[in-house]
Amino acid sequence: MPPPVYRGPFGKPQAERLLWRAGFGPRPGEAEKLARLGLDGAVHSLTHPRRERLKGPKPHDDRGRPLAPYDRWGHDQLWWLDRMVRTSRPLAERMTLIWHDWFATSREGVDSTRLMLRQNRLFRQRGLGSFPELLTEVTRDPAMLLWLSGTENTRWSPNENYARELMELFTLGAGRGYTERDVRQQARALTGWRNSWSESLGPVRFRYDKERHDPGVKTIFGKRGRFDWHDSCRLCVHHRLHPSFFVTKLWGYFVPVPPKAGTKRALERLYVQSEYQVRPVVEAILRHPALYTGPRMVKPPAVYVTGLLRALKRGIDTESWTWLMSLAGQQLFYPPNVAGWDDDRWLDTASYRARWIIASYAIRPHVLKSDKAKLPNDAAKLLRRAEAFLGDPTLTGHTHAELKRFAKRALSDAHSQWKKEQYPALIENALRQLLAASPDLQTC
Amino acid sequence: MNRSCHHCDEFSRASLIRRGAAEAGRGLPAIEPGMPSPAGTGLDRRTFVAGAFGLALSIYGLGKFGLFEEGIARAASGPAQPVLVSVFLPGGADSLSVLYPALDPDYRKLRPKLALPASAGTAFAEDPRLHWHPSLTPFATLHGEGKVSVLPAVGYTHPDQSHFTSRHFWEVGATDARLATGWMGRYLDHAGTKDNPLQGLSLEYQLQPSLASAKVPVAAVAGPDDYGFWAPGVWGQVEERMLETLAPLGARRSDPFLNQAAKATAQSDRLRRQLAPFAAGSQNGYGSPVAYPQSDDSFPHRLAGLAAMLGAGLPLHCVALTAPGEYDTHSDQPKALADGLDLTAQSLFAFQRDLEARGLSDRVLTLVWSEFGRRGEENGSDGTDHGAAGTAFLIGSRVKGQMIGEFPGLKNLDEDGNLRPTSDFRAVYCALVEQWLGADADAIIPGARSFARPALLS
Repeated sequence: MPPPVYRGPFGKPQAERLLWRAGFGPRPGEAEKLARLGLDGAVHSLTHPRRERLKGPKPHDDRGRPLAPYDRWGHDQLWWLDRMVRTSRPLAERMTLIWHDWFATSREGVDSTRLMLRQNRLFRQRGLGSFPELLTEVTRDPAMLLWLSGTENTRWSPNENYARELMELFTLGAGRGYTERDVRQQARALTGWRNSWSESLGPVRFRYDKERHDPGVKTIFGKRGRFDWHDSCRLCVHHRLHPSFFVTKLWGYFVPVPPKAGTKRALERLYVQSEYQVRPVVEAILRHPALYTGPRMVKPPAVYVTGLLRALKRGIDTESWTWLMSLAGQQLFYPPNVAGWDDDRWLDTASYRARWIIASYAIRPHVLKSDKAKLPNDAAKLLRRAEAFLGDPTLTGHTHAELKRFAKRALSDAHSQWKKEQYPALIENALRQLLAASPDLQTC
Repeated sequence: MNRSCHHCDEFSRASLIRRGAAEAGRGLPAIEPGMPSPAGTGLDRRTFVAGAFGLALSIYGLGKFGLFEEGIARAASGPAQPVLVSVFLPGGADSLSVLYPALDPDYRKLRPKLALPASAGTAFAEDPRLHWHPSLTPFATLHGEGKVSVLPAVGYTHPDQSHFTSRHFWEVGATDARLATGWMGRYLDHAGTKDNPLQGLSLEYQLQPSLASAKVPVAAVAGPDDYGFWAPGVWGQVEERMLETLAPLGARRSDPFLNQAAKATAQSDRLRRQLAPFAAGSQNGYGSPVAYPQSDDSFPHRLAGLAAMLGAGLPLHCVALTAPGEYDTHSDQPKALADGLDLTAQSLFAFQRDLEARGLSDRVLTLVWSEFGRRGEENGSDGTDHGAAGTAFLIGSRVKGQMIGEFPGLKNLDEDGNLRPTSDFRAVYCALVEQWLGADADAIIPGARSFARPALLS
């Protein structure tokens, strides 16, 4: 049985949700356009995008200078945010973010922006291809070799750091189908990597050095052989418990409730039959009924920020996003640890306030001057305008009603002539803020 | 150029990581081999709103959310507890400048460029050899009133000159790299309650490792006024209406994750309302009866907030925060040190006067410490390198006001050319636990029996 496919209506709300889950939300009009393609066409357009074109204003820092991702602190993050904002291949970019979380590597331990951005390119290039190939590339990726002590792992003094995470976090799941002995044996198989040091560049020339590799026989998952790092990756991917780990973890990035047993089995089968390709599994998840009929998801901060900018057709024009993202709990290139960000913790009183500030920064360039703007004295019309300003997101009835109630009440406060003239602009500004920070826009 | 040791270049960055790790309650990336993990890295952090008192708290440790409000209320209505405030001078403050041997010819020899002239600072009444750093005049004034006890050379045997290791020792209250709970955290585990997270309060966005507990909850809040909701181009009545709308936007929803976002909205709104009295207008919101120094640094403001919270009856017990300034003065020491000490001393002076005006000064004792002092001999870049014994202060209306340990002089530096300690920080902790907090130090400070307690209170 193939995985079930959503057969309900595919209109703007469904297209909108798809764009949020598989990307960073719609630009104005994009959801309507995608809806016209129908479910199959819409998903196909995301999983088989044309060549990338960057749309929208070029990024710059607070002083109008081009971004310097390699040289200026925080610009690496701005550079990536810009890519998310302007890309014509949102799923490829979203997959990059997913792999950054899956193979969570922090610049704090790598200490080289150059290598972090190199890893970032890897995720972008291979994000929808073969998982075994991606895993192989990640295993010898310089940032990862530094982050999880790969170059310190030698035949003379094995370091278990990567071996453990390879199984626990990347391919099998904690305590699933391996023992502490397997960890030690995997570490031996993974020996052999080294790098040199350059005064100007730091760590360079990452390479495999046979002299450092332990050529002896290892026993991994009950199999014996003179395994090396290739075997190490292969044994993990071919482990009987890998497909269930892979599809469940991947599913979790798109749908907030676990897959039912039947769906899980079907996805595993699809994954194995496609010889461990990522794209067909993502496609099946994006076509699954659970994505359209299940509960909403909390947007990660990077998605929230990028989505606001896309809706406003605004580019990266301030460095403030760097500290605002930290305040909201997601500093790109600095995941809290190798397990990535904790999706259960995106919203509390501290991070909600951070999102409120993010919303205020997003709408600020367009703030209406109360003594200049001429706006109607009509709550419904003011709300319509605020919705249009934010790209007409689909709202719940409750939020819509409360925003309208606010506008009505605030208009009724305007007794004097100057208030009648100026309040509509203040109310419009407030509606934009409330809408952008509303629970509806925190979720998708 | 600047002469500095390898890991000090990394000091600021690494200390950020360290605090970040303590915040996240998770593992610590290796900064240098063998470096101890910070206390508290095993703890979970959860944000909790102490409704009755309106504080956005990041709660560390175990406990049921629902119990906290009751626990805080119960603790607040019980007998007022003594309050211990720990103020950390980060980087290793130079003890030979903080209280300097003004007339000692060896001082001029060791410090040909950095030696402060005798005329710069007032003489220290208890030891005529020493003068107060000119920036510490506020401490000298309080000392004259009997409200400061000076520890002119505090440390421990076999000093470690790594910032992280030495700071860790001070934080956990033992020369043990593996100990993972803070000394105040262990005190709270021993004598605190399971339902009052305010008993251990880190006045910062992150948990101070000295407060890391194993059993009872502790909290972090930068300041009770740091929680505003501003929107561009919105003011007056419309702003009030806008903020009123947060509550209905946060109403319960049927979708579980929409509801999660709504709940965050509603909790944030509740918190905003509860903090409104504090947030009304900078220091006035605290009703501070005295003026605190004006500064870009939040330290004086956080102290003003602390006094206000105590004035409002919040059941605080152990409090920790970091002083302003950078004390790792490998170069350009004179200005860096003076700037940091100026703001620290003036702020603590205002805090003491604030507590006196509020009638709270008998309940509060402040310990000011740094992870070590600095090398006797200056280096070639107008700075000093890491040393051993440092200076600490106990400030409060009830302290004895007498020196603890003497100034050892410069004739007998240790083999690295550093000041030798004449008091042990663990002995001070034992004395604080017993004489100020009223608990048995044996249960809290490892090897407590081996330390002779100084008398701290008058």
